[in-house]
Amino acid sequence: MPPAASPEPLRPAHEGRLAANILYFGRLLRAAGLTVGPGVMLDAVTAVEVAGVGTRQDLYWTLHAVFVKRHEDHDLFDAVFARFWRRRAPAEKLMELLSPVAVPRAPEPPKPGQRRVEEAFWGISRPPEVEEQQVSLDARLTASDQDVLRTRDFAQMSAEELREARRRIAALRLPQDTIRTRRLIADPRGARPDFRASLRASLATGGALLPLKRRGPRERPTPVVALLDISGSMADYARPVLHFLHALATRRRVDTFLFGTRLTNVTRALRHRDADAALTEVSRLVPDWSGGTRIATSLRAFNKDWSRRVLAQTPIVLLVTDGLERDADETLAQEMGRLQRSCLRLVWLNPLLRYSGFEPRARGIRAMLPYVDDFRPVHDLASLEALVAALAAPPVPFAGRKLLVAGEE
Amino acid sequence: MPDRASFPPPSIDATQTLLTGAGYVPDRALATVLHLALRMGRPLLLEGEAGVGKTEVARTLARALGRRLIRLQCYEGLDLAGAAYEWNYPAQMIAIRLAEAAGESDKAEIASGVFSERYLQRRPLLEALMPDPAGPPVLLIDELDRTDEAFEAFLLEVLSDFQISIPELGTVKAEHPPIIILTSNRTREIHDALKRRCLYHWVDYPSAERELEILRARLPQVPQALSRQVVAFVQALRREDLFKVPGVAETLDWAAALVELDAVAVDPALAQDTLGVLLKYQDDIARTDAAAISRLLDEARHAAGRIA
Repeated sequence: MPPAASPEPLRPAHEGRLAANILYFGRLLRAAGLTVGPGVMLDAVTAVEVAGVGTRQDLYWTLHAVFVKRHEDHDLFDAVFARFWRRRAPAEKLMELLSPVAVPRAPEPPKPGQRRVEEAFWGISRPPEVEEQQVSLDARLTASDQDVLRTRDFAQMSAEELREARRRIAALRLPQDTIRTRRLIADPRGARPDFRASLRASLATGGALLPLKRRGPRERPTPVVALLDISGSMADYARPVLHFLHALATRRRVDTFLFGTRLTNVTRALRHRDADAALTEVSRLVPDWSGGTRIATSLRAFNKDWSRRVLAQTPIVLLVTDGLERDADETLAQEMGRLQRSCLRLVWLNPLLRYSGFEPRARGIRAMLPYVDDFRPVHDLASLEALVAALAAPPVPFAGRKLLVAGEE
Repeated sequence: MPDRASFPPPSIDATQTLLTGAGYVPDRALATVLHLALRMGRPLLLEGEAGVGKTEVARTLARALGRRLIRLQCYEGLDLAGAAYEWNYPAQMIAIRLAEAAGESDKAEIASGVFSERYLQRRPLLEALMPDPAGPPVLLIDELDRTDEAFEAFLLEVLSDFQISIPELGTVKAEHPPIIILTSNRTREIHDALKRRCLYHWVDYPSAERELEILRARLPQVPQALSRQVVAFVQALRREDLFKVPGVAETLDWAAALVELDAVAVDPALAQDTLGVLLKYQDDIARTDAAAISRLLDEARHAAGRIA
């Protein structure tokens, strides 16, 4: 890279403290949870060299351009930037602050996401006297201690139970349903001729023969979007269902959202290969485990922020909740309707269905029922097996869905 | 064709001036990231809601630099043949037959003759790698989120090495890398591997001041007072709890619509009648009833004076 012809002549960034500071800054961001690889670090130094260090704002957006790769990361970046570049501490001092992070095999305590910035600065095994200061610092960011306790509770579920559930869920034969994509692949029985392959095959014979090759649409497993209620009344069922979703995600695209009082996307966390690690990560992300539930608000949040992003590939939506919503009003029905219209099939899994005499009396349940394509129990392994069988059944066309709903009412 | 601006622009300010001169009003953040993308020769991924002006960045850049704009509109099922290149099969077959008729029998020779540049049809990606007398073109890969992961994987080679491998022909590499702008509406998450190769910027809804500047730059025929009202109303509308809030494109449409209707000021009836220009979901339109509109207009009236 030639030296930048910037109007404000500056020392190249790789000399002096600036480069070192950028590297520390990058490490802080990484510790705070951003994906910062060595390539990005190099980019950052180059970028600052190219842009020249003008105002603080320019430095901010220059580093932002390089480090932030997801809109969601903006706030973390903002927080780290504000603390780091305000501080103007010498690099060595920062290194000192950082060093506890590098202590090998330090037992990692469960920490809610909002604390990550603070922890990136203070390290994990911070001295007790800093602890007090810490409380005053991050009061505005931290989830309540009760949430932490709840999270811990989940992480400590009995190993026996976990092993058994995992073994049996892993042994489930997963559904073989597929949907057609618009991408074409080589297919001897496909409907479309594949000229390119034909011509290549023809050349093998010097052009004497022209064997007709064909292409057809590629099929792939139907994506699944799961909306899982983790309120207090659902606590016993959320865990096995999460295991099920984790197993399902090994074969197909699964987007998982948890909701209690608010909606959390845990898709990335659940992608961890090891189920235990995945579930630990999930519990870490969710502050309102075993709290109350606000179905309408959560569905609205999903429809507004996520539906366009995860429902674009016409997935099956699994809504796992008991539907016990106190403040059920017309918005619940409205959001359910919108959800159903934007997916292939809306399946409601309700553990209350385990009672043989179950009747949909609760207002919430009555408001939601007209908009589901399938209403089934989810309280034991047998019901999970039945779910698998139902998922493998061919999708119901949209017109058919309407009729089904009319029949129920 | 406009005068060739100096490339790459020497500073962030110069980048900002370059775009403003061509009718796009960028904020400092966008100017910075664009400046970096141009200086570092890296693709730029722009994400943001529909209608905030992501595509327009590429268009303006091409216009301002006097470069060719090559646009690849993404769609589901887009493959190599549609995006990079395709062979001209009928011509190839005729060539084979002619070779046969001429008595050629060397398979390798026929193959190399048939799979040569002559029979190659270039699609946008390959086209963008070709040398251009006006300078490397601006390659716009629009709405990347509409393709599937398989296509993204293919793009990786283009984005980091500015080259495309054609099995029958070899690797085509750009002598001077094109300026690449990718846009995404986030109907799907873009893979990390692709993001890593790009600089990233989230294009947000503009502030009232910037939106007014945009309106002035794009639609100078709209009276000042009306522009102010339009911007203030749209800004107030964006604070409402809507399923899809209007973008800049909708603001421009609405201002143009009001001028068509010979309006000099926004009144409740007019706003009600033209709401479909701003809001595209029935639920949102139903929610924005007469009472809401008069409340929004009140807010807008107070705010309009404050916009510089």
